[in-house]
Amino acid sequence: MKQERKFQSINHTVMKKDAMALLTGKPVYTQDLAPKDCLVVKALRSPYANAIITDIDVSAAQQVAGIECVLTYRDVPQTRFTTAGQTFPELSPYDRLILDAHLRYVGDPVALVAGVDEKAVHKALQMIHVTYEILDAVLDFHQAKDNPILVHPEQDWNPLVDVGGDNKRNIVAQACQDWGDVDAVFADCDVTVDSVYHTRQVQQSMMETFRAYSYMDEFGRLVIVSSTQVPFHIRRIAATALEIPKSQVRVIKPRIGGGFGAKQTAVMEMYPAIVTKLTGKPAMMIYTREEAMTVSSPRHEAEIHVRIGASRDGLIRVMDLDALWNAGAYGDHSPTTVTLAGHKSLPLYGRYEAFRFSYEAVYTNTIAAGAYRGYGATQGIFALESAVNELAVKLHMDPSALREKNMVREGQVMPAYFNETAASCSLDMCLKKVKDMIGWDKKYPRTVLPNGNIRGVGLAMGMQGSSISHVDVATVNIKVNDDGFYTLAVGATDMGTGCDTILAQIAAECLNCSVDDIVTRGVDTDTSPYDTGSYASSTTYLTGMAVVKTSLALIGRIKASAAQMMQCANGDNLEFTGKEVVDHVSGKRITLKDLANKAMCNHGIALEAAEEQPSPGSPPPFMVGAAEVEIDPETGHVELIDYATVVDCGTVINPALARVQTEGGIAQGIGMTLLEDVRFTPEGRIENNSFMQYKIPSRRDVGTIRVEFAPSYEPTGPFGAKSIGEIVVNTPAPAITDAIYNAIGCRFRDLPVTVEKVYEALKGQS
Amino acid sequence: MKITYWLNGKKRENHIAPDTMLLDFLRTCGCYSVKCGCETTNCGLCTVWFDGKPVLSCAVLAARIDGHEITTLEGLQDEAREFAMYMGQEGSDQCGFCNPGFVMAVLAMVRELHNPTEEEMQDYLVGNLCRCTGYMGHLRALRSYMAYKQGVKA
Repeated sequence: MKQERKFQSINHTVMKKDAMALLTGKPVYTQDLAPKDCLVVKALRSPYANAIITDIDVSAAQQVAGIECVLTYRDVPQTRFTTAGQTFPELSPYDRLILDAHLRYVGDPVALVAGVDEKAVHKALQMIHVTYEILDAVLDFHQAKDNPILVHPEQDWNPLVDVGGDNKRNIVAQACQDWGDVDAVFADCDVTVDSVYHTRQVQQSMMETFRAYSYMDEFGRLVIVSSTQVPFHIRRIAATALEIPKSQVRVIKPRIGGGFGAKQTAVMEMYPAIVTKLTGKPAMMIYTREEAMTVSSPRHEAEIHVRIGASRDGLIRVMDLDALWNAGAYGDHSPTTVTLAGHKSLPLYGRYEAFRFSYEAVYTNTIAAGAYRGYGATQGIFALESAVNELAVKLHMDPSALREKNMVREGQVMPAYFNETAASCSLDMCLKKVKDMIGWDKKYPRTVLPNGNIRGVGLAMGMQGSSISHVDVATVNIKVNDDGFYTLAVGATDMGTGCDTILAQIAAECLNCSVDDIVTRGVDTDTSPYDTGSYASSTTYLTGMAVVKTSLALIGRIKASAAQMMQCANGDNLEFTGKEVVDHVSGKRITLKDLANKAMCNHGIALEAAEEQPSPGSPPPFMVGAAEVEIDPETGHVELIDYATVVDCGTVINPALARVQTEGGIAQGIGMTLLEDVRFTPEGRIENNSFMQYKIPSRRDVGTIRVEFAPSYEPTGPFGAKSIGEIVVNTPAPAITDAIYNAIGCRFRDLPVTVEKVYEALKGQS
Repeated sequence: MKITYWLNGKKRENHIAPDTMLLDFLRTCGCYSVKCGCETTNCGLCTVWFDGKPVLSCAVLAARIDGHEITTLEGLQDEAREFAMYMGQEGSDQCGFCNPGFVMAVLAMVRELHNPTEEEMQDYLVGNLCRCTGYMGHLRALRSYMAYKQGVKA
């Protein structure tokens, strides 16, 4: 169903409320705001992938001038916790300590040093004497399960929720879900594909690395100012890790220099926090880029085995997806991300008779992975969509025709998506439009250019969710102030995406006012209403719906106040126009300005409302992406020429911001597909630990990215909107690798597809 | 050691440690627009002007500015606001962390290149990384901004 209504605030591009401050370089980020006397906090890090500290002598380090404290595992609380920013009880196991005698990967913190400046701290770090018992490490995730080397042999390993984990087998989570008779349908299929796909621990690489500072406030409470996506979770995690009451912690989120999921984990907040707790002094920790590359929370490395069975005429009858997930040294986000590999890929298809989705997430002595835009769906969609492209080859069918035949359609029940119904879905329109944009029918599969270079096109579908069903909540508070301006308080965190503006647009639409009449704020856990946080593609959809509910409740209070002021017996006849309240029976009216100002004197109705939105479902946005690449067969150089995409995110609230989300997500997908390699030494150290060696796309690497929308109307979303933040990273890997296949006949199932790999593959062909 | 220099048009003197990097020094001077994104001269976030030419302040010793002019975004607020309108309309500010370095590079480009083609602009700005936008919004903003600038000149 298409929404015909004309909107005044939403569905229009509105400049972000903070744009001018950000573009003129105002000091609005964590480090800019920190007190000048903050102690500098840094960590000494493990040089070994698996080791026990048998002795640690910090006496010399403590003598360095300017050093406030040197902390080791002996100085910190011994309650295990998870750093995953998730709703309690978290599905991620409680397997961490602030500092631990057992070091589980290269970079695990050995000691914390706090001092008056960097020079003193660096000097002290070099004067800590550590004796290690070096243990064998399990670095290959294929060999992790039931390996005699245990990453977490400790007795107090503590999963709050049973997700199939077993620390005595290096398993974080495992499960298997069957629907229909998978084996019987496979036995009856004319054509099958059976392939394995591998993706790496790519880094979010937000421009502002992890950082936080902390101080004790005038009430003796610990305040943590953090560049985080999840302030409320940080409050709980910090209190647990520090063994202090949650009432003693306040978390403030200023402007954030990007997150992309990385900051859905409490990567480092507890380090300055414990320094402040123990010394009473303000303390700040700023991660270097090297730390952001090596001791952070990247995408999970995944190996996904896909089998698809189809009839000769291209009906996809059965799918089997088995995911092996590399948790790394700690289990943050592993039990949850791995489920998306199947739950947010298989529902792209709508005609299968059976499916199986099984998975195992395992511990290894490598960097602990976390949340990265796409949250496991990215890996799953690369695997499934690549397998469907391989099926098209086997069937001698155009891969777009194979999708047309099998894709999920609006109104269908999705068995692989908890039996939710696709109430809004224009995937068919997305495919049709994207084919026109890229010129599919003319260009598929390849064109040989006069200079010998070969161009190929490839495409893939994608999906995600909108919030975590049955888990996420969003609360919103709106109040009327002097002269009738509104303050909109949200607990969702704007990390550059523009949600403070988008949510104000939704409020302005409901309250029939200008976006400028609505004031928004960053998040402060003491004053902001509760929100699970900005992750899982929940902000526009879920917090947006809470804004709608709250606005309607507030209008009720505005009318009640007006009825009292105008002495109307019956408030039912009142209309709120945005500027005034009118009584159509008596003809009396009062402006919002007068009403707001009068309400501040001897009034009895609070001109303020708060409502909460739960998450009964998680309606998927859908999209199709198509890539055109040009390959030099002499060198293996792959150039991305064009990336066309059409997105169904429901009603588009702010077209410019939705477009930039899409372009940015695709650029990250391009990086993951072609450039971003994570390489380990045989000892388990990450080799490419800087932007010099780990190349994220520059403006020369992304070709042209073109975005269009094919909005469906989601009945449970604000004005028909669904999410857009994550889905956009999911199509480049399968679309680009298929474009490469269509150009040169080489199938790449192991990302990234570097020039070296293409060159080697071409050499092998000839 | 003592250095004498001009920061955003004002003459100043300071005593600094010889190993102070310009990036850190400028932040201690209150120029918080200057950001660090990588420490290895790959991201462009710390771009400032040294005698009018863009440099990466993470790779310049503060001692080198003795006798020279340094310009940061704090000193180019009017011009920054002008370009910001085009960036903001595209939503291309996003998280904003790379904005100051990028704006410094764009404003230097406008001074240095005469009627640049899109290719020339891309080459000039290639050292300024952005992880949010995918760069397309930058390009749209640049097209409109450059058209406006040409109009002003004509």
